[in-house]
Amino acid sequence: MKGFKKLFGWLVMLTIPFLLAGCESNLIVFDPKGPVARSLTDLIIFSIIFMLVIVIVVFALFGYIVWKYRARSDDGNFEPEEEKGNHLLEIIWFTIPVIIVIALMIPTTKTIYEVEDVPQGYEEEEPLVIHVTSADWKWIFSYPDQDIETVNYLNIPADHPVQFKMTSAGTMQSFWVPELGGQKYTMANMQTNLFLVADRPGSYYGRNTSFNGKGYAHMDFEVQALSQDDFNDWVQEVHDTANTLTEEKYSEILEPTVIGRMTFNNTHLEWIDHAHGGSEKYLNPELYRISHGHEDHEGHDEKSEEETDSNEDQTKTEPSQSEDHAHH
Amino acid sequence: MSLDEFFVTGDPLILASQIAIGLTMIGLIALITYLKRWKWLWNEWFTTVDHKKIGIMYIISGVLMFFRGGVDGLLMKAQTSRPELEFLDAQHYDEIFTTHGVIMILFMAMPLLIGLMNVVIPLQIGARDVAFPKLNALSFWLFFAGAMLFNVSFVIGGSPDAGWTSYFPLAGKEFTPGVGNNYYAIALQIAGIGTLATGINFVVTIIKMRAPGMTWMRLPIFVWSTFITSIIIVAAFPIFTVALAYMTLDRLFGTHFFTVANGGDPMLWLNLFWLWGHPEVYIVVLPAFGMFSEVIATFARKNLYGYKSMVYAVAGIAFLSMLVWVHHFYTMGNSAAVNSIFSLTTMMIAIPTGVKIFNWLFTLRKGRIEFSTAMLWSLAFIPCFTIGGVTGVMLAMAAADYQYHNTMFLVAHFHYVLIPGVVFAVFAGLYYWWPKMFGFKLNEKIGKWHFWLFVIGFNMTFMPMFFVGLDGMSRRMYTYSASTGWAGWLGFSAIGSIILAAGFAALCYNIYWSFRYASRDVGNDPWNGRTLEWATASPAPHYNFAKVPEVDRLDAYWYMKKEGNTGLKKSDLKPVHMPSNSWTPIFLAVVFGVVGFFLVFEWFTLAILASIGIVVGLVANSFDYDDGYHISVEELADEEREWRGDLQ
Ligand code: HEM
Ligand SMILES: [Cu+2]
Repeated sequence: MKGFKKLFGWLVMLTIPFLLAGCESNLIVFDPKGPVARSLTDLIIFSIIFMLVIVIVVFALFGYIVWKYRARSDDGNFEPEEEKGNHLLEIIWFTIPVIIVIALMIPTTKTIYEVEDVPQGYEEEEPLVIHVTSADWKWIFSYPDQDIETVNYLNIPADHPVQFKMTSAGTMQSFWVPELGGQKYTMANMQTNLFLVADRPGSYYGRNTSFNGKGYAHMDFEVQALSQDDFNDWVQEVHDTANTLTEEKYSEILEPTVIGRMTFNNTHLEWIDHAHGGSEKYLNPELYRISHGHEDHEGHDEKSEEETDSNEDQTKTEPSQSEDHAHH
Repeated sequence: MSLDEFFVTGDPLILASQIAIGLTMIGLIALITYLKRWKWLWNEWFTTVDHKKIGIMYIISGVLMFFRGGVDGLLMKAQTSRPELEFLDAQHYDEIFTTHGVIMILFMAMPLLIGLMNVVIPLQIGARDVAFPKLNALSFWLFFAGAMLFNVSFVIGGSPDAGWTSYFPLAGKEFTPGVGNNYYAIALQIAGIGTLATGINFVVTIIKMRAPGMTWMRLPIFVWSTFITSIIIVAAFPIFTVALAYMTLDRLFGTHFFTVANGGDPMLWLNLFWLWGHPEVYIVVLPAFGMFSEVIATFARKNLYGYKSMVYAVAGIAFLSMLVWVHHFYTMGNSAAVNSIFSLTTMMIAIPTGVKIFNWLFTLRKGRIEFSTAMLWSLAFIPCFTIGGVTGVMLAMAAADYQYHNTMFLVAHFHYVLIPGVVFAVFAGLYYWWPKMFGFKLNEKIGKWHFWLFVIGFNMTFMPMFFVGLDGMSRRMYTYSASTGWAGWLGFSAIGSIILAAGFAALCYNIYWSFRYASRDVGNDPWNGRTLEWATASPAPHYNFAKVPEVDRLDAYWYMKKEGNTGLKKSDLKPVHMPSNSWTPIFLAVVFGVVGFFLVFEWFTLAILASIGIVVGLVANSFDYDDGYHISVEELADEEREWRGDLQ
């Protein structure tokens, strides 16, 4: 009876992943919108199939053995025979995982190499270079060739490779746009590289996954992929309407705050590239002092405040909702 | 520093806990005084060098810390149960997941496992104590001082808030100028020294103190896993010691090991941390594997299948565990070659682990499986841990990890490894060895409640996290907006955590109930065990074995019983040499705690003054010529007669 209850419990558990797998396609990681993300998703699905097989085999074997060899009142309280182990069997279940590891390792390595470079089919095109500078708790995107800088949103041309040169002004962050590709860290005094492509125009969710203090939860951004024409229009419009970023304004932006979107028609790379040192100039530990209990819920309030009084925002290509944008 | 900054003030939740802690302390002191128990506590517990009592103190501390860490977990689950809740603010949430992680791993898992190791290992190898009993006491008290110092941060000065991984640059003075992360650096250092000493102690104990005839391939499997674990401790903890020392220098004395400014290298911290951190995961999981093996063999009433391959598997896992640390930061921008190599080493761990799973299954096969509570935990471990294992392989594939890294998928994975792997094992071990520690069993019926609530709650809590992670939720987020669509998963998970908590409550009730009502008549061998700890009385006498047993094969006690060879002849008894109690371990630990506290607040003069106490303790210890005492044959015979009846 007890054994039965147990078996039943496990069976129920076993079905959960399947039931849930049904709605899998809703999950952001299974919904790639670009070639880089797609190769990761393929790898993930490949591995999940393997894992499901392993899980099913182990669960079935487990359920069978526990059920079959349970103690019973009518078994005469027998004493099982001692077993030494069996070389052949042990070799078999040593080999099976070895084969699985090899089977997983080959596509893994292939994918690792693949996503380091410009995605296949886009090698001929000159990637758009965007410098990503993460700070507490905002994302700064600089377009050196277009001479544009944006904060907390990113416009890119669709169907065109983008090369991100990433660094941080202080703490470490991780730049992640799951629908377009995998994440990578941004670190002060260092540069990391990432290639992404969006198949089609659309809006994609991006965020920091590397915890970096109080404002971390709000450190997300929107990626807008635009048609090449719309992208060019946007660039032109920024040049016509946006303000110029000053060093003074820039140091203010680097203070630890949660802020809304901003747009400028020059980049901070004119005076500093955090990948090559010099960030200490902008650090101010005093601004990180905490006093327990006396704080209001920073993130949200400040963000909306900033948003209303910042007139640097572009309107045309800006989507209406500004944060935690839904991705379903 | 104003008093206002010294005490954490303002938050009603914290104020309530401060009052509660204060009242509990006063109540406890008053109670002990009223019952006139101070002297007893001092003589029987605080100054003891008996491995069983030290083990029990570890276990008590571990259960208390489980409670603290569990409350942290529940608070987090409550905060994220609905979108945009304002139950905890960001700072508070950050402190809570940091203390939760540190406490669960270092102050819950470690002491519970080390506690059981302490109780069981000397008994299983037929020894009278560990190799260095006084050092063992020092280990415990240093761990305890570190744990208390860490917990004080909650009410005095503020808790660490950079995650249990305490990544730089965030954990440096540049971004967290308060005292919180000083607590991390110093409390973990103190506790870590204790753990390192434990590792050394057990390596020596197992090499030198085995009963006559107990060759390496006759060691109970739990002894093997403890031995290998201790070797990893000795290999890995010094790395953490050094990393924490650098951290302390950075934070207290303005050096630049890990800073952004002046050429520091924060990524050095990540490497050092995980060079220790990954082996640490195996330090907590390997002894657990050993316990499951013992319990499964006992309740399948069969010997462990493939004993030798189990030993090799544990050794293989231990070796590989040193070669995988980079998998914690595949996304740091390593070259494709580096990520490929570390994907391979990481996945290779699945091979010996798979071997173990199959060996357990084949131990069960053709057995006679009895569903005692200890066995239920060991059985539930197999499927639950399999889920943790396969998701671990998924995370090991570097390219795929670019999509899982630092998401709730990872959080779900490591809870699926740590809870079945460590917590289930500790529960199994507690139910199994409880009679050997206390002379009565925990109630089996309440045990079943404990089991079902906990296992169901556990799966409900953590299964949804896989999915919400695949849906783009990163870890350590104190809030999220409704438009993310995560609320359903997280709400379900929060309900699960309440069931999980009910399971823990059932355990506490079980302990209480059994202390009061359980039958004291359990005999020396209540489960029909196979190893030497069952050859002596329950609870085990302070000298462990009146006569050191002789071992001629694996599962020695099983065959002694078969051959009717368990009796004791009075003529075989010799006086037993025992170590005396000592006050220096607890004294030193208290001083370490005080010095640590002053260092946290950077009150250097006070710290230097207080550290004179360390010198005093060491000098006093060096001039301690107490060689212990002897238990006479008569005393031994009297005590043995109490449970054996007449001697032969
Ligand atoms: C008692 C039930 C438990 C609950 C409800 C629970 C819940 C949680 C939650 C909600 C998080 C943070 C998720 C996030 O926002 O990132 C977390 C993190 C963590 N938990 Fe648990 N947990 C439990 C038990 C354990 C156990 C037994 C261990 C270890 C043996 C453990 C180790 C950790 C660690 C290391 C972290 C990461 C902390 C960090 O991000 O720095 N937890 N847990
Ligand atoms: Cu690891």
